[in-house]
Amino acid sequence: MKLTGADILTHFLADEGVEFLFGYPGGAVLHIYDAIDRQEHIKHILVRHEQAATHAADGYARSTGKPGVVLVTSGPGATNAVTGIATAYMDSIPMVVITGQVPTNLIGNDAFQEVDAVGITRPCVKHNFLVKDVRDLTSTLKKAFYVATTGRPGPVVVDIPKDVTADSADYVYPKEITMRSYNPVVKGHGGQIKKAVKLMAAAKRPMFYTGGGVILDNAHKELAQLAKKLNAPVTNTSMGLGGFPASDKLFVGMLGMHGTYEANMAISNCDLMIAIGARFDDRVTGNIEKFAPQAKIIHVDIDPASISKNVKVNVPIVGSVSDVIKSLLREIKASDFKPNKTAMKEWWQQINEWRAVDCLSYKTDGDKIKPQFALEMLYNITKGDAYVTSDVGQHQMWAAQYYRFDKPRRWINSGGLGTMGFGLPAAMGVQLAFPDATVACVTGEGSIQMNIQELSSCMQHNLPIKIVCLNNGFLGMVRQWQEFFYDERYSHSYMDSLPDFVKLAEAYGHVGIQVTKPEDVEAAMKEAFKLKNRLVFLDILTDPEENVYPMVPAGAGLDEMILI
Amino acid sequence: MKREKKADEKGMRHIISILMENEAGALSRVAGLFSARGYNIESLTVAPTEDVTLSRMTVVTRGSDEIIEQITKQLNKLVDVVKLVDLTEGPHIEREMLMIKVRTSSSDSREEVKRLADIFRGRIIDVTATSYTIELTGAGDKLDAFINAFEKTPILETVRSGVSGISRGAKNLHI
Ligand SMILES: Cc1ncc(C[n+]2csc(CCOP(=O)(O)OP(=O)(O)O)c2C)c(N)n1
Ligand SMILES: [Mg+2]
Repeated sequence: MKLTGADILTHFLADEGVEFLFGYPGGAVLHIYDAIDRQEHIKHILVRHEQAATHAADGYARSTGKPGVVLVTSGPGATNAVTGIATAYMDSIPMVVITGQVPTNLIGNDAFQEVDAVGITRPCVKHNFLVKDVRDLTSTLKKAFYVATTGRPGPVVVDIPKDVTADSADYVYPKEITMRSYNPVVKGHGGQIKKAVKLMAAAKRPMFYTGGGVILDNAHKELAQLAKKLNAPVTNTSMGLGGFPASDKLFVGMLGMHGTYEANMAISNCDLMIAIGARFDDRVTGNIEKFAPQAKIIHVDIDPASISKNVKVNVPIVGSVSDVIKSLLREIKASDFKPNKTAMKEWWQQINEWRAVDCLSYKTDGDKIKPQFALEMLYNITKGDAYVTSDVGQHQMWAAQYYRFDKPRRWINSGGLGTMGFGLPAAMGVQLAFPDATVACVTGEGSIQMNIQELSSCMQHNLPIKIVCLNNGFLGMVRQWQEFFYDERYSHSYMDSLPDFVKLAEAYGHVGIQVTKPEDVEAAMKEAFKLKNRLVFLDILTDPEENVYPMVPAGAGLDEMILI
Repeated sequence: MKREKKADEKGMRHIISILMENEAGALSRVAGLFSARGYNIESLTVAPTEDVTLSRMTVVTRGSDEIIEQITKQLNKLVDVVKLVDLTEGPHIEREMLMIKVRTSSSDSREEVKRLADIFRGRIIDVTATSYTIELTGAGDKLDAFINAFEKTPILETVRSGVSGISRGAKNLHI
């Protein structure tokens, strides 16, 4: 069947099972938009800024596990998409971003709306392609999806010049593709699995430290089995929350800079660390010299380059997380493994003492709304079953601490890049994927203004997201650092001239509710979540001076936390 | 359990030989990786192999064992890279080519240059009334020694190819 490049693209996306295309039109992609208009398999979601298209596709990918797909025009369309591409790259999110390009004969001429999209995105993609001939289009698209979704996932950019979308070629959907230069390892090495189980058998104070890899590889069930077998405590990174049920008694909370006392103390005292799908990020380890000083480390990851990058490990196991855990379970069974009962009893006694410190308790203050309280209320009212997207700042850390995620893919946040402006567009992607689910975007008055224009897209596409804005009138996380480390010199962290968010929401056609008193939080949230078909903007005025605790200051070890 | 400081660690010299897809942009992916992660490159050469769909690249770099491990892992992670080998892990042969143009305005200096070229087994590949150009192949230190030998003769120009290398014996970098 002979088709134009533009039609090949839409046919391919439909055959690949793509539901949504998040995009924004422009000159270089007009043929593609014309082709979108003559098909009905993929639904195009028009955003108001290309950055939002990438975050929406990203939110879709994080919540479903399927790749998010984006279409933007050349030049400014491509550069606007870069922040979202980098966000997905840092968190290993599968995404395919199609950028329009000027016609091949103009490439390199500084043509109108020309940028070197392949060059600009190279450091923040898993891979990228420039398609110079329509006959290569189908196979390139197939490779793009294959690379984006296998191994350690990540965003892939496909740059398509305008003339390629006008030219014609035969189209047959390729079911499979092989690439001689790209063969991600899946199975863990048998010898390493045996070594790991030997260490587990010898451990007196074992501990799991798991990250986004568990969620990306849908390995939460296997992880739960393994943790139960060892009866060992589990901590998650921010990216890993929901990979192990927060309500399980083995769970000790998040670790790292704003981790719980019990998680950070357990890390600092464990004699065996089983790191799974996590990458020893500096926000997690604190001072690397003081990280888990007594522990032997087993590290399971699909990406060999993540292993022994920051911390030397004793037993590296490269492979798909779910596959490796299954092998570990089999080996444990075969080796007649039993945890050391007396040692484990002592270990849990110690952990429970740390738990008793109750590090997440906070002081209440009669007339100020505590952000922690608002988030506990959110947890109660949504019965812990909402999809929660977040922006970046104090509100993000509080959401991670106080909303206890029991299921994977429910906590959607920009962990690696820390991109303010992520929350609302990400929530759009989630709500599109799960139209009947409760989707809350926890944000701050600073972050929400970075992609506030998407309130318009939410109206157009009927997305009844609940925006929970913890409005402290400050770039709170910046303010906190200035309070602690810059002698309270609050340089440019105060948010002056805030808009009236209620009126703003209403101007876009949504519902806005402002809450100023602690006693009104519950009623306002109930009202908001009852409005099933409306987007509600909850503008909650919170204590401007509240800080996130515990906190590990830069350069300190995890056991040197500041408690409240 | 320590993270190496990249900048002030010189470490051992390694020759990494890479077989990669002969695609536009492959070179910049490798070069970009080195600059983005702060690894140093002493030299880099690249050309197609007998199979024109593949290029062979040779990178000379320095670093501690940990850094070299990261470099090879990061290179392997590039989607265009088919295979690579750290030649310095085993017996190997390393070669570099030098072309040097020197001023030879007197017959004395012409004699002197010719004598030096003979000693180093270089070949004179271009001659004018006032200059000689010599080609010399060898390991880097031999080329250095040759350049340093021109005490009295003014050097007009030098160009070096950068290192390429190959394993000795049965070990091959091939698909
Ligand atoms: C795009 C972007 N710019 C700057 C920052 C740095 N930054 C991190 S948190 C923060 C403050 C966020 O303020 P707000 O959204 O009001 O959240 P709060 O901390 O007050 O809860 C800033 C400016 C960032 N993470 N992302
Ligand atoms: Mg704020």
